[in-house]
Amino acid sequence: MTTKTKVMPTRQTVEATPMPRALQLLTIVTLVGFCFTLALGLFVAGTDIQQGEIQRIFYIHMPSFFGAFTAFGLTVVGGILYLWRKNEQWDRIAGAGVEVGLAFALINLVTGAIWARPIWNTWWTWDPRLTSAAIMALTYAAYLMLRAGIEDEARKRTFMSVYGIFAFTSVLVTLFIIRVVPETIHPVIVGASPQNAQGSFEATSGVVMALVPSLLLWLTLMPITLIWHRSRIEGRLEAVNRLKLQILSE
Amino acid sequence: MSDETPIIEVENLSKTFGLLPVLRSVSFGVARGETVVLLGQNGSGKSTLLRLLAGLSKPTAGVIRIGGWQMPKEAMAVRRQIGLVSHQPLLYGNLSARENLDFFGKLYGMAKGERGERIGAVLDQVGLAKRADSLARDFSRGMQQRLSIARATLHQPEILLLDEPFTGLDQAAAERLEDLVLSAQREERTLIMTTHQLGRAPALAGRALILARGQIAFDGQIATMSAASLSELYAGVCGGAAVA
Amino acid sequence: MKTPFRTAVLAIVSKDLRAEIRSRELLSVMAIFAFLCILVFSFALELDRVAREEAISGVLWVTLVFASLLGFNRSLAQEGDQGNLDAMLLAPVSRPAIFLGKLLSNYLFTLIVALVILPLMTVIYNSNLLKGWLIVTTLLGVFGFSAIGTLLAMLTLHTRSREAMLPIAMLPVALPLLLTAVRATTNILNDNPAREWLVWLQLLAAVTVIYLTLCWLLSGFVLEE
Repeated sequence: MTTKTKVMPTRQTVEATPMPRALQLLTIVTLVGFCFTLALGLFVAGTDIQQGEIQRIFYIHMPSFFGAFTAFGLTVVGGILYLWRKNEQWDRIAGAGVEVGLAFALINLVTGAIWARPIWNTWWTWDPRLTSAAIMALTYAAYLMLRAGIEDEARKRTFMSVYGIFAFTSVLVTLFIIRVVPETIHPVIVGASPQNAQGSFEATSGVVMALVPSLLLWLTLMPITLIWHRSRIEGRLEAVNRLKLQILSE
Repeated sequence: MSDETPIIEVENLSKTFGLLPVLRSVSFGVARGETVVLLGQNGSGKSTLLRLLAGLSKPTAGVIRIGGWQMPKEAMAVRRQIGLVSHQPLLYGNLSARENLDFFGKLYGMAKGERGERIGAVLDQVGLAKRADSLARDFSRGMQQRLSIARATLHQPEILLLDEPFTGLDQAAAERLEDLVLSAQREERTLIMTTHQLGRAPALAGRALILARGQIAFDGQIATMSAASLSELYAGVCGGAAVA
Repeated sequence: MKTPFRTAVLAIVSKDLRAEIRSRELLSVMAIFAFLCILVFSFALELDRVAREEAISGVLWVTLVFASLLGFNRSLAQEGDQGNLDAMLLAPVSRPAIFLGKLLSNYLFTLIVALVILPLMTVIYNSNLLKGWLIVTTLLGVFGFSAIGTLLAMLTLHTRSREAMLPIAMLPVALPLLLTAVRATTNILNDNPAREWLVWLQLLAAVTVIYLTLCWLLSGFVLEE
């Protein structure tokens, strides 16, 4: 409040680019789709005979992993395109992909733990698939730490593109570990479950009906919409920081 | 000299670290055989500019061309023509002076005989011939600086970029370096050097560039200037006291 | 204009070897660390003899990964601390040659440590680790670690607190190598028939080749800044 006496510098702002029509539409469709699939899972699909209501968490649990898969996959695509084209836009998408994917991976881990508590009688167990999913989340946490630790802007973008490509191996390991290390207790819904899987349930037509829309939504619209929003915010943040430094250095 | 296209062309060069602008739209040209002294306070962007010219760093915006080749994209074509003395010695402490130079000679694709000959010559030039087989980590700051100069001139580059080459040198070594600079000038090599010692500048360089706040604040001839008037000019441009 | 690829790679490897023979900075640290690691594991797992025997291949590979992390950090720090990497980058040498040179010298040093560890563990854990196929697995696995470790060490060289960043960046990425190498080693140690473990060795080889290719392609980007 003491600034009144000082001469205020001319007010400078970073102009917000209007939200593209496609993004507006995408956001609405995603929100509606999210409510719709949630309703399908919570009310339309029948209650599992053995597991009861808790089985419904599965309609979020499995799709969230595939959402993370798409998001981390977009990080790889963004990384490759950034290295090729050197357009910052691609790096922003790659960075946003990690944040969105990490959020999805955490949803996946937490919902899994909530489900495991009544079914496996424990929140967590050192099962190969659970372990690799946790390592996947940690890999991308490491990505964010690395990203914060590189000062030079161009170097940061290049290096993180490279690391984003390597980090995807942890996603692939999580995806394929059941095929490679068969002694997991984690059930497989699509295809044959491993012999010692505990907590499998039958993929009845009701389950499939609720699962497929949810899966498609998390696989495509959810990550794409969120990453688009996040990278736009990042772009504005960078513009604001640039303006700030420009004013400070004048 | 001025008719020829300059060997170093810099157009609207900008470099930011993080989001902090270090160089802001810098443009200049350097003719073949010219010696330019780069002046400016700490943090004015001198070292950054030299690293950019050496192709070690990428411009945020703008173009650098050396001998017509764009840096750093086409740097491979002119790497052999560039020698850099950085503010870090760029030496391996566990190798002797001769082994250090031998390694860099190999990297420049010099044949064995040529290497031996050149190593002897540059070590002589910087006055380290007697210490050729001592480990670099046992060298004093000044000796490391001399070895660093030997490393940069080993492959006889057309363009020498010297970042504070006089740092840590005693009187005798500084005179040797001045001789080296003068002989490079006689051989029509192009030199760009930064220094804080304004007093040396007029004797060594015809032209000075003064960087202030990431921009070129002065670009002109200084050969006829006295140290005092250069100092005055510098203080005027940078708005601070200078070391004479 | 460019210095021939082989000349550059050999120059870097022989430079590293010469410096190492003189100072033994890397090898001594890596070997002592690996030795301690094995002893500590031995104490920690001693209570249960069966658990210890089953854990041998895990101990071997975890020890190797940790020791190699130390080595990669030190090896790249030698280039980074004095800005020496810049001096190499100034030279008319293709960037993959610099990567390959550092990779080969890192591989060599880690391999030496591995070949010291194998007989040592054979004695301490009373189990024969000096089997032909086990050595092949070691050669392959260590190469995979060296490739990924060299690239990531170049990447973390310019980060804040890089000594801590390399393990964090490398361990998850090295997981596929670790997983396949441990599986193969366990099976070979237990004298299981080849059809049970050959697939692990093949997987290990496949992962190593994929990583090497990726590192090769990406090394130019990591080094050009």
